[in-house]
Formats: sequence, structure tokens, C-alpha cells
Amino acid sequence: MIEFQGIEKRFAGVRAVGPVSFDLPPGATLGLVGENGAGKSTLMNLLGGNLQPDAGSMRLAERPYAPHGPAEAMRCGIAFIHQELNLFGNLTIAENLFLTRFPRWWRSPFIYRTGLRAEAGKLLAQVGLELDPHTPMDRLAVGECQLVEIAKALAGDPRLIIFDEPTSSLSTREAERLFALMAGFRRQGRSLIYISHALGDVLRLCDDLVILRDGLVAGRGPARDFTIPRLISLMAGRVPEATAPAPTPPREPAGAVALAVRGVSRPGVVRDISFELRRGEILGIAGMMGAGRSELARILFGLDAPAAGELRLHGRPLQGATVRERVRRGMAFVTEDRRGEGLCLEASVADNLALAALPAFARGRARRIDRPGLQAALTPVKAAVRLTADADGRAVKTLSGGNQQKVVLAKWLLTKPGVIILDEPTRGIDVGAKCEIHELIRALAAAGTAVLLISSELEELTALCDRLLVLNRGEITATLARAEFDQARILAAALPGERSA
Amino acid sequence: MNRPGARLLRGALNQASLILFALVFAGFGSLSAKFLSPANLLNILLQSAPTVIVAVGMTFVLLTGGVDLSVGAVMFVGAALAGKAAPGGAGPAAAVGLMLAAGALLGLGNGFLVARLKVIPFVVTLAVMSIGRGFGLWLTETRALNLSNEFLQVGAARVLGVPVPVLLAGAVLVAATVVLGATPFGRQLYAVGQNAAAARRAGVNTRRILLIAYVLSGVCAGLGGFLSLAQLGAVSSKFGENYEFKAIAAAVLGGASLQGGRGRIFPGALLGATLIQAVENGLVILNADPYLYPLVTSAVIFLAVLVDATRTSLLAESHRRQIRVEP
Repeated sequence: MIEFQGIEKRFAGVRAVGPVSFDLPPGATLGLVGENGAGKSTLMNLLGGNLQPDAGSMRLAERPYAPHGPAEAMRCGIAFIHQELNLFGNLTIAENLFLTRFPRWWRSPFIYRTGLRAEAGKLLAQVGLELDPHTPMDRLAVGECQLVEIAKALAGDPRLIIFDEPTSSLSTREAERLFALMAGFRRQGRSLIYISHALGDVLRLCDDLVILRDGLVAGRGPARDFTIPRLISLMAGRVPEATAPAPTPPREPAGAVALAVRGVSRPGVVRDISFELRRGEILGIAGMMGAGRSELARILFGLDAPAAGELRLHGRPLQGATVRERVRRGMAFVTEDRRGEGLCLEASVADNLALAALPAFARGRARRIDRPGLQAALTPVKAAVRLTADADGRAVKTLSGGNQQKVVLAKWLLTKPGVIILDEPTRGIDVGAKCEIHELIRALAAAGTAVLLISSELEELTALCDRLLVLNRGEITATLARAEFDQARILAAALPGERSA
Repeated sequence: MNRPGARLLRGALNQASLILFALVFAGFGSLSAKFLSPANLLNILLQSAPTVIVAVGMTFVLLTGGVDLSVGAVMFVGAALAGKAAPGGAGPAAAVGLMLAAGALLGLGNGFLVARLKVIPFVVTLAVMSIGRGFGLWLTETRALNLSNEFLQVGAARVLGVPVPVLLAGAVLVAATVVLGATPFGRQLYAVGQNAAAARRAGVNTRRILLIAYVLSGVCAGLGGFLSLAQLGAVSSKFGENYEFKAIAAAVLGGASLQGGRGRIFPGALLGATLIQAVENGLVILNADPYLYPLVTSAVIFLAVLVDATRTSLLAESHRRQIRVEP
């Protein structure tokens, strides 16, 4: 179907990919795995026409293939479903589906709306989405948007569909729905390329695997020849550690209450949330996508106001405290949207690191920044998160996902927080960095910090946390102590429509 | 956000131009009976015709998330060329051609710099505004040029009883509405304004879209300039001045967002433009101190921008996920 022959891509002289050679037989599903920065996305962008190779060539169905843009790749029958959704909230579903190929009145420049609705309806039926094609896009939920994105790919009747991390923002149920769709595409004879960090899914769904490391093929072969530990060792190029993080060793009972939440509600978001977070404790919040976990975190950190309820930090009320005051009183919040809310992407690593703690380093009446003091304070923090040494002057956007997340964490560690809220701290980062962040979370707790950990990965929660809250449609449906951790039990409490005691 | 107060506020913001419109007309109407007379209302419509057309062009640019500050200077350049083209000025037909061409050319320049060289629209169009105004002043040697009476005749002409300026403005409104709502270009323009990077990834030719938007804005400014010329019959060194503010204010009052991606031609740009003209007209009728005009008009513009900002933040709030359905 598709064949890569010594393909190579450089950015500013630095080799990102290649030379890489491999092929994908027609009708097969290829799994592409590798740590972040291994070159998966670059390779797929070459295939999807978003980038042009510096050396080597591609062949599509036995013919030379060198697309000059995404439109040309689409015409050649290649559809690329990106990790971030390319949808427009100000247009309708149908307009999103046919943005570059609107049906028109005969030979006129005008859109043929009746035909548009009919065509869009057909595509939506193929992905099992029962909505009026003229619904504005901004009324849809995330999972529905993903389905629209897939329907869009189907509009060109593609021979090859590339999925780049399609499940990262889907609930388990939505992901299963996607896998069923993929099975249908295979039966139709389409070739698929599936990129994911969820290695279990990759092994289950794919015929062949290609493992990339540092822009080169580190391994390839039929999926049945691989196991998760072997995949990890090939990706990382080091001895495999246990897949799931090792459980936190049993510790002495936690200390005094750091954050007390009493009956917090916000209409349409969360209802009657009460819990206590103690010093040195790691408290997890589990729940499906859209259960209100991040929204609760925003309320705790003062980004949104609760309509009712009481918050206390170290025994003192937090009512009316702004985010700035909360930070000054020792709260920290690592957002799930690292690139959008956690970092100033264009600014340097050093400037990003200094951001949250800056007031503490302002001296004198003129509030001049004490640069040497700041540097001195930064050194141990950078060591604690094991940040790449030469990073200081570089723009944050040039770092890998894992290193970016370390910058966010280091920024907050500099403020010496007593309570830290971590929202999906390991989402979309590579295995190595993930382990390091897990260790860091444990070290923080051991040093007496109260940690509130929100995660979609149950293994992560059950391994790291002392206690777990399960959130379901904005309400706490279960509070579990470590001895009660059980995946089935957590899922039962988290799934909408079901309730646990 | 389910509080009735917030809902009322959002409703008011969405209908802000209508509410302001009603307030202005009720206010001036109660102060002077003459203001609401049919003759004066037609007068307001006539006077606002150039602003309507320029505001329509501006809406295209605002939808992309950009801004075109050069429209007033474009009007002036076109008018100066028309006045200088022949001894005693060009005829109306030649003038229309010249002014549209000048608008298209300057718009192309704006579009090229924004779309190809990726310069910030604010900076590009500010520079073109300055260059255009300077070129026009050099061309006219800052003297006022009187044009032939044919211009005033065009401005006062009627077709089937409808004054030509109103007819032209109406035609531009209809054409722009059709282009934005019913052509692939129009829908892609909205996509580019919402998220240019995503539009590019989706296979939209974003450069072409941006280029066309600026050319359309230039052409509309040229046409608006011609209408203004046909109504005034002369080119002064202040010709077209402050039109960029009027046009932006009219578009924003009509619901276009300065962030891009949101806004409509009808009734938005029409209401906005007539509203601004009605304020000026009302002040004239009331014999207000002429030095007050800029203050009052800027207050209206300030209000428009304030409304846009509030609307944007409220919109962001209402688009946040709803998790629970409260009983």
C-alpha cells in the first residue's frame, strides 16, 4: 500500500526522522509506537503532506508519491485524523465535513445545501452519529467531535487512514466505539495506521508494528510477536521496568488537614463535594471524561467560584481568595492543558520557571527581580524534576512533552506549595518522563506536601494514591481507601447510570 | 450562567445593536420632532450608504481575525486620483473605475503583506493608511478639488424611486450576505477566522482566503469612497478621514467579533452604520457644539468594543462543558 524508502526529515539541521524504510501491505493495520519525540508525528506529517522529506521517497500503491500539501494527500486517498481536532465551532457539522469540497449548484459557485445535508447525513450514519448535519459544531461533546473528524476523513473515501492518538481524550466507552468503527474500516479493505501510547490497544488492534526510537526504526514485525514489556524496552532502548508504576510503599498515617472541602457546589458542574486532603497524602480523583474532575480543580484553585460550600486551607477559610492569594498561601495547580494554560510556549524555559514564584524574588520598593537568588533557588528544583540541563535559554515550545511538563512542575515547586493539584500530569508524555514524574509525586508527598491527583489512568491512580475519590456527573460516588482499590469497583462508580454504595 | 440575570444580559448583548438603535432613535426623536421625519430618516440612510459599504468590506477582514485600518486612506487615494485624472476631474464612470482599481490594488498590497509575509494586520494596514494618506496629500497638494456636477447628479439620482446610493449599498449587502453564507469561500473564511492553523491543516488555502478578504475590503472602500464623492462633489484633504473607525464600529456594533470567526453582514453592518450616522445627524439637528461630535461618536464606538468584549467572555463561559443537568 505505502512504502517508505530511506525517508529523512531535518529541522534546522537537526535530524528528526530517518533514514526510515518500511512498508504497509494493503488492507493491513499498522501500529506505530515510540516515545514522544521519536518521530512518529513527523513521519505521519510527511505521509499526510504537511511536511516534505529532505531525502528518500514514498510509494503509494506501487506509484511514486510526493504530496505537496494536505489537500493533495487527501486526493491520493490518505486521510489523517490528528490528535488535536481540526473542527470549527462556528460552522455546522455538515460544513465542517465538506469544508474543502462543498457540493454546488450545477456549475455555479453556490453551495447546494440540500445535497450537502444528504451527503453529510450519509457520512454521519457511517460513524453512527445521529445528529442533524446542520447542528452547529460548538454544541457537540468531545467524543462526538472525534466521530465527526472520522466522518470527515471518510468523505474522501480514503484508502489509508492515519489515527494519531485518537483515544487520548475519549472515555473507555467512546474508545470502544472507535475500535468497532476501525474494525468496520478494515472489513471495507482500507489500510489503517494507528499511533498510540496505549500499548495494550495497539497490540490488540494492529497486524503489524513499527517501533520508532530517535527517528529510526527500532523494531518491526507482526503484532503477535510483541509483548508490552518488549515494546517498552524497544521504545526506550533500556531494560523494561514494570508497566504499571510500582505501588507507593505503605506509609505512616497522613498529617494534619491541609485542604478541607465542605459541600461545594456549582450549578451545572459539581454538587455537594466534601473531602479532606491531609499533609503528606496523595488523594486521587477518578472519573470518566467529563465527570467534572478538572472543573472541580478549577473551583478549588479559585479559577471558578462555587455557588455554595466552604473551602479551608490549613484551617483558614479560602472564601473570596483570588488565585494570587491562593498561590501566596501555598496552593499550586498543574493544569491538564499544558500547552494552552500551563506554559508560555514562546518564552524561554528560565522565564517559564520563574513565573509563579516571581513575587517572592522581587526586592525593594522598585520590586526588582533578584536574579542570582532566583537562579540559586532554581538549581535544586531543576534537579528534583530532572530537567534537561541545557534547557534554560530555549523556548519551551522546542521541548518534548515530557520536558514541558517538568517545566510546569518545577515552576510550581519553586513556590514551595503545601497543597498541589495535579490534573492529568502524565498525559501524552513518554514512558521515561512518566516514571520520573511518578517518583516526584511520591517524593513531594513524603516531604509533607498534600497532593490531589486527577488522572484518567487507573493504574496510575491505584499505584500512587493513598485514597481515591470517584467522581460521576459532578458528584462523589465512592471514596476508597488503598485496601479497597479495585478497578471493577472504581469503574462501576465512575460509569454514568450506575451507582456504588 | 443559568441565572436569569446572566441570561438577560446575554440576550441584551446579542441584541445590543437593536437596543442601541431604538435608544438613539427614541432619544433624538423625543428631543426633536424633525429627527423622525421621513425626509430626515431617508437622509440618514443616504448619508450612511458609504459607511455601510465600507463596513461590509471591513466585516470580511474582521471575520478573518484581522483589521483593516487603511480604508479611509484608500477612499482618499481613489478620490484624489479621480480628481487629478483629468483637468477638472474625471467623469463619474472613469472615477468609479479608478477608485475600485485603487482599492483593489491597495487591498492586494495589504493582503500580500498579511497572507504571504505574515506581518500583523494592524501594523500592515496602519502603514498603508499612513502611506495612502501621504500619497493623496502629495497628489492633491493638500488643496481641495472640486469635481464636475455630474457627480452630484449621480449622488442624487434615483432608479425606480430609490436613490442610487441606497440601491448600491443594498446591492453590496445582498452580495456580501450571499458570498459569506452560500459560497465555499464564505464558509472557509469563517473557518480561517476561528482557527487559521486548523483551517490550513484541513486543506483550506488560508493565504488565498486572507488575500481575497483584504482585496474585498479595499474594493468596498473604493466604492464607498465613490459614493461619498458623489454626495460631496469635492475632495478635501480630510476626505475619508476616520472611516476606519466608523467601519470597525459599525461592524462590531452589528455583532462582528474582533477575535474573528463571528459576525454577520445583515442586519449587523447595516444597523451599525446607520446607528453611527444617526448619532451624527441627530447632533446636527440639535445644533450641538461641533466639538462634541467626536466625543459622542467615540463614546458609541467605545460602547461597541465593550459590548464585543463582554459578549466574547460570556460566550466563552456559556461554551464551557455542562456536566450535570440541574433539576
